[in-house]
Amino acid sequence: MPLTLADVNIESKEKDGQDYLWTLNFGPQHPATHTTLRIVLKLDGERVVDSIPDIGYLHSGFEKIGEHLDYNQYVTVTDRMNYISPMANNVAWHHAVETLLDIELTPRCKYIRVIISELARISDHLLSTGAMGLDTGAFTFFLYAFYQRECIYDIFETLCGARFTNSYTRVGGVMHDMTPTVIEKIRSFLKTFPKTLDDMERLLNRNRIFVDRTKDVGVLTKQEALSRACSGPVARASGVTRDLRIDEPYLAYGDFDFNICCATAGDCFARYYVRMAEMRESLKIVQQAIENLPSGPANIGSDERTAMPSKQQVYQTIEGTIMQFELVMANRGIEVPHEEVYAATEAPNGELGFYIVGDGSDVAYRARCRPPSFIHFAAFPHLMKGHTLSDVVAVLGSLNIIAAELDR
Amino acid sequence: MVTRESVVNDLLEKFSGSSVSEFRQQTRIVIAKSDLLGCLQHLRDHHAFDYLVDVTCVDYLNFRGAKHRFGLAYLLANSESGERVTIRVMLDEPDLDVDSIVPLWEGANWLEREVWDMFGIRFQGHPDLRRILLPDAFTAHPLRKDYPLQGRGERHNFPVITRGEA
Repeated sequence: MPLTLADVNIESKEKDGQDYLWTLNFGPQHPATHTTLRIVLKLDGERVVDSIPDIGYLHSGFEKIGEHLDYNQYVTVTDRMNYISPMANNVAWHHAVETLLDIELTPRCKYIRVIISELARISDHLLSTGAMGLDTGAFTFFLYAFYQRECIYDIFETLCGARFTNSYTRVGGVMHDMTPTVIEKIRSFLKTFPKTLDDMERLLNRNRIFVDRTKDVGVLTKQEALSRACSGPVARASGVTRDLRIDEPYLAYGDFDFNICCATAGDCFARYYVRMAEMRESLKIVQQAIENLPSGPANIGSDERTAMPSKQQVYQTIEGTIMQFELVMANRGIEVPHEEVYAATEAPNGELGFYIVGDGSDVAYRARCRPPSFIHFAAFPHLMKGHTLSDVVAVLGSLNIIAAELDR
Repeated sequence: MVTRESVVNDLLEKFSGSSVSEFRQQTRIVIAKSDLLGCLQHLRDHHAFDYLVDVTCVDYLNFRGAKHRFGLAYLLANSESGERVTIRVMLDEPDLDVDSIVPLWEGANWLEREVWDMFGIRFQGHPDLRRILLPDAFTAHPLRKDYPLQGRGERHNFPVITRGEA
């Protein structure tokens, strides 16, 4: 983690005639990193000659913890990875677990998961575009975005009791079913949000200051995006038409009519623009899902011996009580194949996948997370080369680096 | 799928000693360590698996039925069709060296650094194989199965710097 002086090569500069270069530490605590990460910049005047990212400040061993918590417990840890869209992480984790266990969810559960992951996408994009606006001087835009994030938090709070760390999904279902109150709240959000989105677009899309600061800054070509394993809005802004919701329609994504949003410029503005456009598409998906929400149970039946029984069953029937104990007691739990599987979802930030190795017990043998932030941040020095110091924040904001996901 | 079968057959023909398994419609191909670069390059250039999804590793210590200690997993995808394939390379101590695939995909740079950091597998030809998440002074590779969850006291061994010294 912490770079030593030898890594940064401060001493040797005079030898190779680069003594005019100025070394600047950006972070670990800096308002524009928004989280804890450090970049060592080598500057020629205001121009960035080289940048060395230094990460690991928030490393908390999530993958190691994943080898000690069972498949239901670990969802609380996934909340803390990309904490600005925890619902999407919950869905990604249990999508991978259910692929390992070969569980077919109920139609209602699939729709509920689609709704929450699209709402999570909207809230994530609101924060990343909002913070990018904030860093490039558009404070009003940020406030507009955060007000709408509050509305989504309210929906999540009504849905599962937690605003921030939701831990809403369970193996074979969700914590509990969506109530009519939640549906009402989502409907009213669907009515009010497009108006704010219009306002937000009017604020920045043709804003001279914002466009000047983001156009042609941090250009990632399609070839580089593929070679650097970028995914999600970052790759789509460079012209990669890869979206797992279309390519591998998991959950119920095959049922909905929506578009993949792409751009070809690959600069910061294109990444901002793709995110703004994706919010509209997400709205379309939520709209369709909420109007066609299938009836029936949200969790798979308890005879499958994987999904937790509802609390009412646990307290009022003997079968429910037995089932609850069977699932939570050590050495009982879910029957897991002796196999390994990789399953990914299209999280707001890109492809969020889990590589899970099951060893027959109810705890994963290995729970590898493929973090999109980590992979995008690796491309940062390349994107920064030749730009000025003030572009650092624009590029950081457009990549949407979440340090908790970066370091895990 | 037809295309996947043809890819698998082609690989089996080209790289002898590899074996294929399938689980939940996911194809895994175990290849010899020396074939790694050639195999990945072949997949990238001739079968359009141009997208490196992830590089990771699993420590199979005490895993039932495991014959090798470490298993590297290279997850590849076709960016157009979405087709996926997993290439596995099995490693045993003490020979934990494997070719770096950074020449093929830039994106493997940090992923391989993380594998080195967490498992202690050295990638030959990697441009900058330093620890990435843990401090340079850290001696262990914590995602190995013989490393305890609560660590070996590393947290307490950091030097305390007082305000006067700083």
